Amino acid sequence: MSADTSPRGGLRDLKKIFGGGSSNVRQFGILFSLIAIIVLFQVLTNGLTLSSGNLINLVSQYSYILILAIGMVMVIIAGHIDLSVGSVAAFAGIVVATAMQDWNLPWPLAILLGLFVGVLIGAWQGFWVAYIGVPAFIVTLAGMLIFRGGNQVIGNANTVPVPDGFTVIGSGYLPEVGPFTGYNNLTLLLGLVIAVAVILMEWRARRVQKIMGSTPAPLWVSVLKVVLLVAVVIYATVLFAGGREGTSFPVSGIILGVLVLFYAFITRNTIFGRHVYAVGGNKLAAELSGVKSRRVNFLVMMNMSILASLAGMIFVARSVASGPQDGLSWELDAIAAVFIGGAAVSGGIGTVTGSIVGGLVMAVLNNGLQLLGVGADLVQIIKGLVLLIAVGVDVWNKSQGRPSLIGFLTRKSKTSEFPPEPPAVVPTSGTPETARPSDVSS
Amino acid sequence: MSAEPVILEMRSITKEFPGVKALSNVSLTVRAGEIHAICGENGAGKSTLMKVLSGVYPYGTYSGDIVYQGQVMHFKDIRSSEAAGIAIIHQELALIPELSITENIFLGNEPTKWGAIDWITAKKTALELLARVGLRDDPDTLIKNIGVGKQQLVEIAKALNKSVKVLILDEPTAALNEADSQHLLDLIRGLKGKGISSIMISHKLNEIEQVADSITIIRDGLTIETLDVIADGVNEDRIIRGMVGRSLESRFPDRTPHIGDVFFEVRNWNVQHPQVAERMVVKNSSLTVRKGEIVGIAGLMGAGRTELAMSIFGRSYGNFLSGKVFKDGKEIELRNVAEAIDHGLAYVSEDRKALGLNLLDDIKRSIVSAKLSKISAGPVVNDSKEYAIAESYRTSLRIKTPSVDAGVNKLSGGNQQKVVLAKWMFTDPDLLILDEPTRGIDVGAKYEIYGIIQELAAQGKGVILISSELPELLGLADRIYTVFEGAITDCIPADTADPETLMKSMTSARKKVQSI
Repeated sequence: MSADTSPRGGLRDLKKIFGGGSSNVRQFGILFSLIAIIVLFQVLTNGLTLSSGNLINLVSQYSYILILAIGMVMVIIAGHIDLSVGSVAAFAGIVVATAMQDWNLPWPLAILLGLFVGVLIGAWQGFWVAYIGVPAFIVTLAGMLIFRGGNQVIGNANTVPVPDGFTVIGSGYLPEVGPFTGYNNLTLLLGLVIAVAVILMEWRARRVQKIMGSTPAPLWVSVLKVVLLVAVVIYATVLFAGGREGTSFPVSGIILGVLVLFYAFITRNTIFGRHVYAVGGNKLAAELSGVKSRRVNFLVMMNMSILASLAGMIFVARSVASGPQDGLSWELDAIAAVFIGGAAVSGGIGTVTGSIVGGLVMAVLNNGLQLLGVGADLVQIIKGLVLLIAVGVDVWNKSQGRPSLIGFLTRKSKTSEFPPEPPAVVPTSGTPETARPSDVSS
Repeated sequence: MSAEPVILEMRSITKEFPGVKALSNVSLTVRAGEIHAICGENGAGKSTLMKVLSGVYPYGTYSGDIVYQGQVMHFKDIRSSEAAGIAIIHQELALIPELSITENIFLGNEPTKWGAIDWITAKKTALELLARVGLRDDPDTLIKNIGVGKQQLVEIAKALNKSVKVLILDEPTAALNEADSQHLLDLIRGLKGKGISSIMISHKLNEIEQVADSITIIRDGLTIETLDVIADGVNEDRIIRGMVGRSLESRFPDRTPHIGDVFFEVRNWNVQHPQVAERMVVKNSSLTVRKGEIVGIAGLMGAGRTELAMSIFGRSYGNFLSGKVFKDGKEIELRNVAEAIDHGLAYVSEDRKALGLNLLDDIKRSIVSAKLSKISAGPVVNDSKEYAIAESYRTSLRIKTPSVDAGVNKLSGGNQQKVVLAKWMFTDPDLLILDEPTRGIDVGAKYEIYGIIQELAAQGKGVILISSELPELLGLADRIYTVFEGAITDCIPADTADPETLMKSMTSARKKVQSI
């Protein structure tokens, strides 16, 4: 790992620019696909894809799916699945809308009420999954029916409108303040903050690497990485800030951004996050290391329902009313995003950022096809194929002992990283006569 | 012996993986009707060689020739090698627990009549095959209801059904107790009389010495030598010398025990089977551990050693009924694993892969996983501390890896076990319970792990060592408890113990133990 003398060293350093280090090669591949898709549609739509109006629309239209993907990736890492998110979103939406219409509940309190509904539903589903031991697939399949029905009972299968104040979380934008610049000033400020944060984070990462005694990538790699990222941020900022009068960066996009940062931190840097991976990777080993797996499962399921409620409210706010068909098949979009983003069906593997990139791939694809005037029928077929191919390529590569296509191309440079133990082909099941916590040992 | 014709020859086999040459010019010659052992440390290339032979790595992915019955073979998968008469029996059995013995024997090879499975023929043949391997169970019994020893026999019966001429056994006795192992070895010897050659991979050198006719030693992907057991007068030390490239004068590092006072005590411990309430897995057991002492626990497979250990470690096995635990003179409650860890207990499981590690995780995260709070500020884990700690264990335990960022699944068994030991050493325990800490680990790594265990004792920690290998217990422990059918039957100071007395106490409920 130290001084790299192989001819491919430069290529590996180049990979680091995109965050493709030793462990997250998969995400590197999917990020590449995202860029490729954006470029493709930018060309096909004659520049419409990366126009202010479309970008703003894209964020506000897909933010709630991406919020679901954040919760879903944690559920999937822990080894479960949640099919109920669409129904839970619809249920929370109708409760909030009804409360504001019938009881004149002020909208900030209504949002709290919505989150509280998420907590209750999450506790209910988490209880069955974690403490009774019913597979999450079954519990949430039941939840899918229960809460869809619940939505229609409360709303009499009708649409319930919501007041103007509430709509800000779904269709609001950063307001216009300060002197007239031709751009939205707050969006510019936001972009500036992000650009500075990018620079600081890279600087800090290099410092930490030095403290830990590992050799960081060459300085030009960091510089190039920062320059590229800052260029993307500035470009996006100008686009978002330069939209039609009255529009700018959507409020729902800010909510999404905060949640991504928060949950990326939770999963990567906290004890709880580690425990989620541990339970999903090997539940028995986690329990024998003192992890309270039931509590982890409970919290993960509960968290998902809270985020589903939030997504439901944002959707209701965006469409100015809660209806009986809200959130239909959202669970499938969220699950697809997570798997495209590199999570494993068997649990233990996945990242929040990967899932967001996976969700963006789906979003850009959807949006681009719509801009091209492709019908909804064909869009579904294409999305299905993309999901299948993305995961298929991943699985095939793993079975060939290669982490990804990109990993394959650059594997020659990694020769020194493998200890002389060939990858085992036969999955190991351990010795059968072992006493296990919940196993018949006869 | 050497008069027999050569049935199988592997000529200068070379197999490369991305970046690694797993086998380099390895040759192997097996004669008809001989038992040929392959010895080598973990990662030496034994399993890779067998995978080449059995077609797991198909023709074309390696260089060199497989000559079988005078012909160069091009196996493209396991099926084609089986069709030729070469069958491999993996360490992890490939039987389906929910199917019966008959169904398993004929899986993928079902006899049919008019397109439907002919169960009458199948059962009749199954009975004959079972008789040949000396298994008297009803062929309708489900696989999950028979022990590992018998499962191993079913695997062999399955191979015999395919009229096998060369049988490859990968660690056949690793999970078996003494009696079952003996039965299996006898069976392999019996097959030899019927002209079936066996290739056997085993870490149990005494068994190899006992049954093998010739031994090929592989080290670092190279053939080191092939020995004729009788002509060359091979013994265990001779094999070890070939395997590690040096002789280990002593298999255990030297140690002068410094034993303090009793600090840990379990009294009248009773535990029920988790599913079968009337079955007691631990019966009225009491034991003590002193500071700096290595306490051995000897017992046959299924005697309740692991059950005893795991039930003490935060009730992680079975239904706790009654019993008390004292530490430093005070009674403590260990209701779950977290409490056990907080009270300074550590348990290294016998099943590294299923219970000890998250194989998806990397080394550094595995090492800190049992006590994250130690490197965290509130709920936030400190990455650089984690890295530094992992690095220090890598150096001190000599974990062979280019980086602590590497996944634990990339490590060999011995190095994985070091990671598990590091993980529990990091929790700063006062008492370490080590359950078969050297299972499936090669000689060199074993020696290192013995050194680590002794070092832990020298630091004043108590160690409970559970092992199926009596020489290991006699070489390491200061005092040995014997367990039989869930009860502690004896407690013998190591300097007066020998394999015979231990075995006697391990096989009979002899007497009540005096607390000493």
